[in-house]
Amino acid sequence: MYVAVKGGETAIANSLDLVADKRRGSRDLAELTLEQIDQQLGLAVDRVMTEGSCYDRALAALAIKQARGDLVEAIFLLRAYRTTLPRFGDTQPLDTTQMVAERRISSTFKDVPGGQVLGPTYDYTHRLLDFSLAAAGERPEAPTAPVDAGQALPRVGDILEREGMLEPPPAQDGDASQDITRTPLVLPADRPVRLQNLARGDEGFLLALGYSTQRGYGNNHPFVGEIRYGQVPVAFAPEELGFEIEIAEIDVTECDMVNQFAGAHNIPPQFTRGYGLAFGHAERKAMAMALVDRALRAGELSENATSPAQDEEFVLSHSDSVEASGFVQHLKLPHYVDFQSELVVVRTLRAEVEERNRQTVLDQAAE
Amino acid sequence: MAASIVPDTDAQKRRQRWLSLLAKAPAGRLEALWAEVGAVPAYTLLRRPEIGLVMVKGRISGSGAPFCAGEMTVTRAAVRLESGEIGHGYVGGRHPRQAEIVAAIDALGQKPDWRKPLEDKIVAPLAHEAEGRRQLVRARAAATKVDFFTVAREAGT
Repeated sequence: MYVAVKGGETAIANSLDLVADKRRGSRDLAELTLEQIDQQLGLAVDRVMTEGSCYDRALAALAIKQARGDLVEAIFLLRAYRTTLPRFGDTQPLDTTQMVAERRISSTFKDVPGGQVLGPTYDYTHRLLDFSLAAAGERPEAPTAPVDAGQALPRVGDILEREGMLEPPPAQDGDASQDITRTPLVLPADRPVRLQNLARGDEGFLLALGYSTQRGYGNNHPFVGEIRYGQVPVAFAPEELGFEIEIAEIDVTECDMVNQFAGAHNIPPQFTRGYGLAFGHAERKAMAMALVDRALRAGELSENATSPAQDEEFVLSHSDSVEASGFVQHLKLPHYVDFQSELVVVRTLRAEVEERNRQTVLDQAAE
Repeated sequence: MAASIVPDTDAQKRRQRWLSLLAKAPAGRLEALWAEVGAVPAYTLLRRPEIGLVMVKGRISGSGAPFCAGEMTVTRAAVRLESGEIGHGYVGGRHPRQAEIVAAIDALGQKPDWRKPLEDKIVAPLAHEAEGRRQLVRARAAATKVDFFTVAREAGT
């Protein structure tokens, strides 16, 4: 049991000032601007928007600055801010075929219509530190090439789906209005609820779980059917207008993972799918989400759920970094009363054991 | 709610096109173009610019059942001209001034004599600039288009 403490106001106030001082760092250096964070630490902004579950680049940049680059703390700040805002409604579901794609790859088909577009990726870098970045100096603009006008980017999944080799996604699954920010998570959860939970979930946690499935803890032979990243329009239908309008273009990353499936009693052998969607450019997150989404479908697909990644209660209850960080870090708060009572209990137990041991020695000596 | 809510009159289709283009324009650019329009009829704010959230929905595997992907910030405003036309502005992000300008343009666009000047001075340039930005993204992506060779199969025997 936690018993509150009082006092310490001055020390706390001074500690906050010290944090602010550390945040500023050396006054000999220029202060970071939010625009610099947005533009030059863009992937950090993307992660904070995704797990903070709030698309707003400037707010995420502010959170990163305030948290001194601690992204889990920044995610917490963004989550806290969003609770102060009213909700205007739900958007129309994103249509990712409308994406102006900066990147689109498939590792299942070499010759996909629309082609393999690498875009900005670290995949083919050598992971050698680039010391030229340590020096100032302008970089050349990225090269361009003629655009194949009218070249659409059909979903790779649709191609396999038409052949009947890939399961179509469910058209309806549970109550479409379910939202875990409005109603608490109830288990077992429908797939849309699981996906909302995973979309907000900690990247490191989901990455480890996804990795565990690849290493054999619930393996389902994944392939990247498709990853795409780019801008999609967001359509919203305000009640007062009565028709939908586009209110923004946002960057999203989408991963459609394709998994081998030997079939079940009522399902023929085919490929099944897991899905990942993240704000900004966040492929590791989207892929991990897709792997875990597929693993959590074990029950639906009559697979033996024996591994952590297939355990819905385990995954969904521990995915949120705000909850996890809060509960772990509350251990730092004063637990003096709590600990004193534990100390009394342990002292009593210790005394009893020592008394028993002494008695045993006396009894043995007497024999 | 998953079905798209399409406008059914030409007037609504024009408003939809304008509102979408105005919302997606860079806030600063819209303010600059609006300032160049000069004097406009007075309006009153029916709804002062208000910042809130919308829940962005995705679909399972891109085409299946909807799910909550995460929220985004939105600013909205509504205005009424003295002649009675009501305009609405909804823009992604936290941009109170932009939302108000969008609402004002939406209201003015319902007056026939204002339609062409606003189309020429604001909507058309924004549409042109948006297309330019899209083309640059596409052209940079096109430079990274790749043809992989599957060595085992294409090396032959």
